[in-house]
Amino acid sequence: MASITLENLTKSYGETEVLHHVDGHIEDGEFIVVVGPSGCGKSTLLRMIAGLETITSGVVRIGERVVNNLEPAQRDIAMVFQNYALYPHMSVRENMAYGLKIRRLPKSEIDRRVREAAEILEIGDYLDRKPRQLSGGQRQRVAMGRAIVRDPQVFLFDEPLSNLDAKLRVQMRLEIRKLQRRLGVTSIFVTHDQVEAMTLGDRLMVLNAGYVEQFGTPIELYSRPASLFVAGFIGSPAMNFLPAQAEGGRLRLEGGATLACDTASRGPVTLGIRPEHLVADPDGPIVLRVDVLEQLGANTLVHGTLAGTRTELTASLDGVRQIATGDEIAFTAAGEALHIFDRDSGKRLEG
Amino acid sequence: MIKRVHFPPGVLPYLLVAPQVAITLVFFIWPASQAIYQSFLLEDAFGLSTEFVWLENFAALIDDPIYLQSFGRTIFFSAAVAGLSMSFALVLAAFADRVVRGATAYRTLLIWPYAVAPVLAGALWVFMFNPTLGIFPYFLGFAGVKWNHYLSGNQAMLLVIMAAAWKQVAYNFLFYLAAMQSIPRSVIEAAAIDGAGPFRRFRDIIFPLISPTTFFLLVINAIYAFFDTFGIIHAVTQGGPANATTILVYKVYNDGFVGLDLGGSAAQSVILMILVIGMTVVQFRYIEKRVEY
Ligand SMILES: Nc1ncnc2c1ncn2[C@@H]1O[C@H](COP(=O)(O)OP(=O)(O)O)[C@@H](O)[C@H]1O
Ligand SMILES: [Mg+2]
Repeated sequence: MASITLENLTKSYGETEVLHHVDGHIEDGEFIVVVGPSGCGKSTLLRMIAGLETITSGVVRIGERVVNNLEPAQRDIAMVFQNYALYPHMSVRENMAYGLKIRRLPKSEIDRRVREAAEILEIGDYLDRKPRQLSGGQRQRVAMGRAIVRDPQVFLFDEPLSNLDAKLRVQMRLEIRKLQRRLGVTSIFVTHDQVEAMTLGDRLMVLNAGYVEQFGTPIELYSRPASLFVAGFIGSPAMNFLPAQAEGGRLRLEGGATLACDTASRGPVTLGIRPEHLVADPDGPIVLRVDVLEQLGANTLVHGTLAGTRTELTASLDGVRQIATGDEIAFTAAGEALHIFDRDSGKRLEG
Repeated sequence: MIKRVHFPPGVLPYLLVAPQVAITLVFFIWPASQAIYQSFLLEDAFGLSTEFVWLENFAALIDDPIYLQSFGRTIFFSAAVAGLSMSFALVLAAFADRVVRGATAYRTLLIWPYAVAPVLAGALWVFMFNPTLGIFPYFLGFAGVKWNHYLSGNQAMLLVIMAAAWKQVAYNFLFYLAAMQSIPRSVIEAAAIDGAGPFRRFRDIIFPLISPTTFFLLVINAIYAFFDTFGIIHAVTQGGPANATTILVYKVYNDGFVGLDLGGSAAQSVILMILVIGMTVVQFRYIEKRVEY
C-alpha cells in the first residue's frame, strides 16, 4: 500500500499544454475519483501516474519513490481500462495469471491467487473461456481480477464502467467500492459521471480543461463548491445561477428583489442556489414563473424563469404537485444555501 | 411498406461485365484449356505430327528425376523466400509500430520495392552481385568469400532467394504493420503494466494476435515464390548454373520454349495450375473461418 503525491504536474503534447500544474496528495488506502467532462485530461493524468505517458514536468511519487522515469511494470500498479484490454487469445485464467507468470511466481501460488480472485469476483465458472465468450459485465470482472491478483500498491481505473448498461453500472459501482474497502488498496478512479464520482470517492478531484478546480470530499464539493464549474457540475438537478449585485450585506437580483446575505463584497456577482434549497414562502423574494413540471414521484421539479426576466430557474418541491404553466411561486433560501461567485473569474467569493 | 426499386432488365449489365469476361476468356480460360489439351498430346521433335497420349506426359514427369528435383528445389525456394521476406518484414513492422504509430512516410518509402518490376529487381541484384564489377563480391572478397553465382549453384540459389524476398518485403511489411496497428493500444499497455518488456509483449501478445495475417501472407508468399518469380530468375540466373535455380515455373518455360517439349511443358503447367488453385482454396477456406485464437 502506498500514498501518491502529485507535484506541479504538467503535460504537453507538442505546443499544447493539456494538464496544468496539478497538485494533490492521496493518502494510503484512499479512494480518489478524478471527475470532469470528456477531454479535460483525466485519462492523461491517470496514464502519467501509470507510466504510459511521459511527464512533461513535475513529480509523481508513489510511496516515497519518485516514479517519473520508471517503466509501468516497475511502479507496482494495476490498471483497469475502459475497453477492459483483455488479451483476446488467452483464457480468463491465462489473462489473470499472465502478470504473475512474468514475475516467475511458483505455479501453486499463481493458482491459489487466481482461484481466490475468481471467487471474490464470482468468475470461477468461466476460467477456461476466452474473453469473446463473455458478456460485458463478465469481462469487466475479469479485468478487475487481473488487477487484484497482482496485489499492487495502487489501482488505477479509467472509466471502467462506461461500457456497461445502467443497471450493471450501479451494481459494479457498489462492488468496486466494497472490494476497495476490503483490500484497502490506494485507488484512483476516472469518470465523467458525477453521480458515480459522488458515490465512489472518499475524495474527488474535479478537473476542467486541464486545471484542478477543486479537490475535496463529496460533501465539501456539494456544500462549498470552489468555483462556478464545480457548482454546476456536482449535484443533480444542477444549481441555479442568477446574476446579482452585491451591495454589502445584501444581494440585489435582476428585477429588483433583494436578499439578505452576509457578504462584504460589492459589485456584480453570480448567485448560486441549489433547486432543493429553495423553500416556498409566499413573502419570499425569489419569484419563479412556471414553464414545465417534472413529476419524479418523491419530488417535483419546477422549471421556469425568474419572474420578469429570462433567467432560468428550477426548484425542487416535495411530493406530487399540480401547478399550472404561468403560475408564479415565491421562494426564499437560507443564508448558508447561497453561493456567491465572482462574475468574471467564477471563483467562490466567501461564506 | 418497403418500396422496391427495380431496374428494367436490359443489355447494360451484360455490356458492363463483358470486358471482364472477355479478358478472362482470352487470357485465362482459353490458354488454360489449351494447356490442358496440350498436356494430353505428344509431339515429335520436328513438330510435324502429334499424337493423343492420355496421361503419358504426366506419368513421364513423375518418373523424371530432374522434374522431381525441381519440385523439391521449388519447395525449398518458396519456403526460403517466404521465411526470409516475412521475418524481415515482421521485424521492420515491429519497430515501425513502436516508433511511428500512424506516420505514413515510412510506409510510402517501404512500398517502393514492391512497385519495381520483377525483371528490374533481378537486374538490380545482378549488378550488385556481379562477380567482377559488383559491390558485394568486392566486400565479400575481404571476408575471404569468393562470390561467383555463375559457377556456384548454392550462391546462385542464395542470390535469387534474396532478390525474390527483397521484392516481397514491402508487401509483407504493409500487412504486418496494418495488423499490428489494429491491435488495441490498451491491450499492449496492459501487458506493459503486467510487467512484460518489449520482446515479451511481442512474443506473447502481438505475434499471436497477428497470426491470421501470418497465415494469409504465408499463402500469398508461397504463390508468389512459385509463380511470380519467373522474371527474377530469368534476369539473374536463367535457371542455372546446371539447373541449380530451375524452379517449376522456369522449367515450364525452359522445356516448352527452349526444349520444345510442348506436351511435357503443358503437363507441368497443368500441375502448377492445380497447385495454385489448391492454395487459393485453402486460403479462402481459412479466411472464411476467420481468426481462431
Ligand atoms: N496523444 C495525444 N496527442 C495530442 N493530444 C492528445 C493526445 N492524447 C490526448 N490528447 C488531448 O489531451 C486532452 C485530454 O485528453 P484525455 O486525457 O484523453 O481526456 P479525458 O480522458 O478527460 O476525456 C484532450 O484535449 C485530447 O485531445
Ligand atoms: Mg478518457
